[in-house]
Amino acid sequence: MSDSDSNTVDVKRRRLLIAGTSVVGAAGTAAFAAPLLISWMPSARAKAAGAPVEVNISKIEPGQLVRVIWRGKPIWLINRSDQMVKDLPSNDSRLTDPASGVETQQPAYAKNPTRSRKPEMSVLIGICTHLGCSPTYRPEIAPADLGADWKGGFYCPCHGSRFDLAGRVFKNVPAPTNLVVPPHFYKSDDLILIGEDGGAA
Amino acid sequence: MAAYPRKTEATGLLGWVDERFPVVQTWKDHMSEYYAPKNFNVWYYFGVLAMLVLVIQIVSGIFLTMHYKPDTGMAFASVEYIMRDVPGGWFIRYMHSTGASAFFIVVYFHMFRGIMYGSYKGKRELVWLIGMVIYLALMAEAFMGYLLPWGQMSFWGAQVIINLFNTIPFIGEGLSLFIRGDFVISDPTLNRLFAFHVAAVPMILVALVFVHIVALHTVGSNNPDGVEIKALKNEKGIPLDGIPFHPYYTVHDIPAIVVFLMAFFAVIFFAPEMGGYFLEFANFEPANPLKTPVHIAPVWYFTPFYTVLRAVTLSPFMGTLAMFGAIIMLFLLPWLDRNPVKSWRYRNTAHMLNLAIFAAVFIILGYLGVKAVTPEYKEMGVRMTEIYFLFFAVILAHSSTNRGRYLVWFVVLAGSLIAIDFWRYNPDDLVSAAQIKWQWVWPIGYLAVTLLLPFFVKGCNAEKAVPERVTS
Amino acid sequence: MSNSIRKWIFVLLVPIAVIGVIGSVGSGGHGVALQSANVNLSDKDSLQRGAKYYANYCMGCHSLKFSRYNRMAEDIGLNADNGFTDDQVTAFLKENLIFTRDEDGKQVKTGSLMTNAYSPKAAAEAFGTSVPDLSLVGRSRGADWIYSYLKGFYLDDSRPMGVNNTVFKDVGMPHVLADLQGYQTLAHQEGDDHGAAKLVLSKPGKLSAGEYDRVVRDLTGFLAYVSEPAQLSRKMYGILTLLFLMVLFGFAYALSKEYWKDIH
Repeated sequence: MSDSDSNTVDVKRRRLLIAGTSVVGAAGTAAFAAPLLISWMPSARAKAAGAPVEVNISKIEPGQLVRVIWRGKPIWLINRSDQMVKDLPSNDSRLTDPASGVETQQPAYAKNPTRSRKPEMSVLIGICTHLGCSPTYRPEIAPADLGADWKGGFYCPCHGSRFDLAGRVFKNVPAPTNLVVPPHFYKSDDLILIGEDGGAA
Repeated sequence: MAAYPRKTEATGLLGWVDERFPVVQTWKDHMSEYYAPKNFNVWYYFGVLAMLVLVIQIVSGIFLTMHYKPDTGMAFASVEYIMRDVPGGWFIRYMHSTGASAFFIVVYFHMFRGIMYGSYKGKRELVWLIGMVIYLALMAEAFMGYLLPWGQMSFWGAQVIINLFNTIPFIGEGLSLFIRGDFVISDPTLNRLFAFHVAAVPMILVALVFVHIVALHTVGSNNPDGVEIKALKNEKGIPLDGIPFHPYYTVHDIPAIVVFLMAFFAVIFFAPEMGGYFLEFANFEPANPLKTPVHIAPVWYFTPFYTVLRAVTLSPFMGTLAMFGAIIMLFLLPWLDRNPVKSWRYRNTAHMLNLAIFAAVFIILGYLGVKAVTPEYKEMGVRMTEIYFLFFAVILAHSSTNRGRYLVWFVVLAGSLIAIDFWRYNPDDLVSAAQIKWQWVWPIGYLAVTLLLPFFVKGCNAEKAVPERVTS
Repeated sequence: MSNSIRKWIFVLLVPIAVIGVIGSVGSGGHGVALQSANVNLSDKDSLQRGAKYYANYCMGCHSLKFSRYNRMAEDIGLNADNGFTDDQVTAFLKENLIFTRDEDGKQVKTGSLMTNAYSPKAAAEAFGTSVPDLSLVGRSRGADWIYSYLKGFYLDDSRPMGVNNTVFKDVGMPHVLADLQGYQTLAHQEGDDHGAAKLVLSKPGKLSAGEYDRVVRDLTGFLAYVSEPAQLSRKMYGILTLLFLMVLFGFAYALSKEYWKDIH
């Protein structure tokens, strides 16, 4: 006989067994898919290439900008002079986000008037937040092309965005947000490690 | 066929699709109303297992392609990158290497089922032929895939096989140059075999499997008794011994798949190299065109045909012809085995012995292919090759149970063998002469068992009546 | 004869025929007899010593260019489970195991591949052949081979380096561990009625035979690990997978049996 006798088919048991097999089978499929999916995560090679970068800042002179590369991005370390630090608040009224209200642009320890752990040393990712060009360093006061108000900062040649020496973006320029401060901390007075927060905020 | 607009009994989303694409009819034709014999046994699992392994190979292969680099300078390192640096990479790699060997194990059992139950007879010749083309495509796919890790065995194995094309008269060298794209196996060779292995042949395989199943469903499945279930139908037109494939065989196949996966994952997690048979030891050295390995052997699933190649020493070209001939003979089975009885269960004992010996000889040929050549093994390879080809003559001889014909066949075949022996015999080569002088027992013994035995012993020639209804 | 009996004859005939035919002739020649290394990869102390010996004796010529320092450290037991902080591990690696520098002259980072500075050209001049990377020697030759090889050096004036090896005939490598093992001489070759080759210690080194054996075992274990780091974890996954599949089998089998009640 090829047809089942519907009087004696235990439909409930069949449904239960189908459900049980399906659930266990689905769990197995998920377990099988797991290694396939995690293979997309950064490999050991990618992590090694993206490892934190150590920079010795002892030789950076006041007013000097040093550039290193971390995860393929330009990182600026600027040793701001006392005057540069003092001039920062005078820009506030002309800035879009003077108090660093946009959380994504800096770690908690850089949410302060100088956007840095120590006032003199600024660490910024040198990528314009408009469309990704790398701005030029314009530390000089009041050059002809940037106007009398210019106290030093960064000017992006692609579409004219401007940032001050704490990486804060000016109003009425294409870029919407401040330059990003990367995770970093001081391993010692002379050594900054870029790429990690170092535990303490 | 469909008239516009298409009528469907399905409702909702299914109905919307079914008006535009025959999902419901397809499901019925191939699953819920495809009536398969109710007496399928273990041998009938290997088809769905082969499909499962195909899917495993495609999925694992795609993920490997995300990290592998088909460049002679980077290929080997990229495989180690997968094994060490890519999260989960080693698992994906082992799935693919184990899957390749699993594919052939499953396919060999699948093919042998066809031989045991005469699944190539009746109107099923085309199913068998398509299957043989799948087998050829599979061998090509495995061969090309093995070059990709660019290890010592990858390189030198490919060197040997591509050199076979050299043996073809007149066009051989030009053909090899054309295949390689260079004077030696190098970057162009690797890249084009990569393109074939990753894109072209998988698509061909999938298409062939589709056609293979359509051909099967057109005629209907065979069964271990070789009974045609469509001969006896009930008043609704349903074969008396048939059951709907879904749900009965879908549900029946799942435990078998789980058991297969247990074996499959046991290998992956506990013994992925399988003693050097699934992952050959020499392939953990990068390819070195200047250093030939001591012992070049193809992967285990090619070794039976490799032994045939080495056994025919008339000329390299004849060896190549013999190797391909061994595979071509399998294509011809539906026309060589003309006995109307399909399943060995109802054929005579001589036929059963013929099949058993064929299986044993195939395994021995494989074993000889992995071992280093000694005089004993060399002669044994020749003798096993003789039996391999004799199998097809014997199966033709068994097409009828007329005993007189067996004697004629025996005389003709044994006579040819002895003639070949005399021709091969070289009294100056003492070592091989000594081997020829006693290893004749294998093929002559084989012919005696399969042809003389049924001639002299009536019991061994008796066929049984094929029942009308299937048994267990 | 009933079919069930024929079936068993059929099934048994195949392996009997295979074994019978093959067994009728002797097997081919053996390779060199090897001693058993008995590697134990769960012995982390052994792996750490092996890493140390490798860095001190082998790394100068033989790179491990597919292995990374930090992954290796983690696998041989320099990890949080054993009470090491990341900084301690990094410091340990930099002091003891990392000898290469990048193009700026700085010591390479712990995530780097374990390459060395030995140029192939220099190797060709010194040895007449290239010096192989050993990341995979544990798989291409096997642990027993490595173990026997390191114990198989003996004095041989006919060789440019003054030594030969029972496992690797006419090897181009000097006996780097000679100051530990000392030097051996060949009492007799393999196959001279006495079985395996016999080596005798003619000039002792710093270590006793037992101590040297332990050094070689540590090195072999380390190389076996490096050839496939994944082997440390795959067995555990295997057990979990098989247990899971047994559960799935239970459900699937019950489901199949339930439906097949319909079929008679």
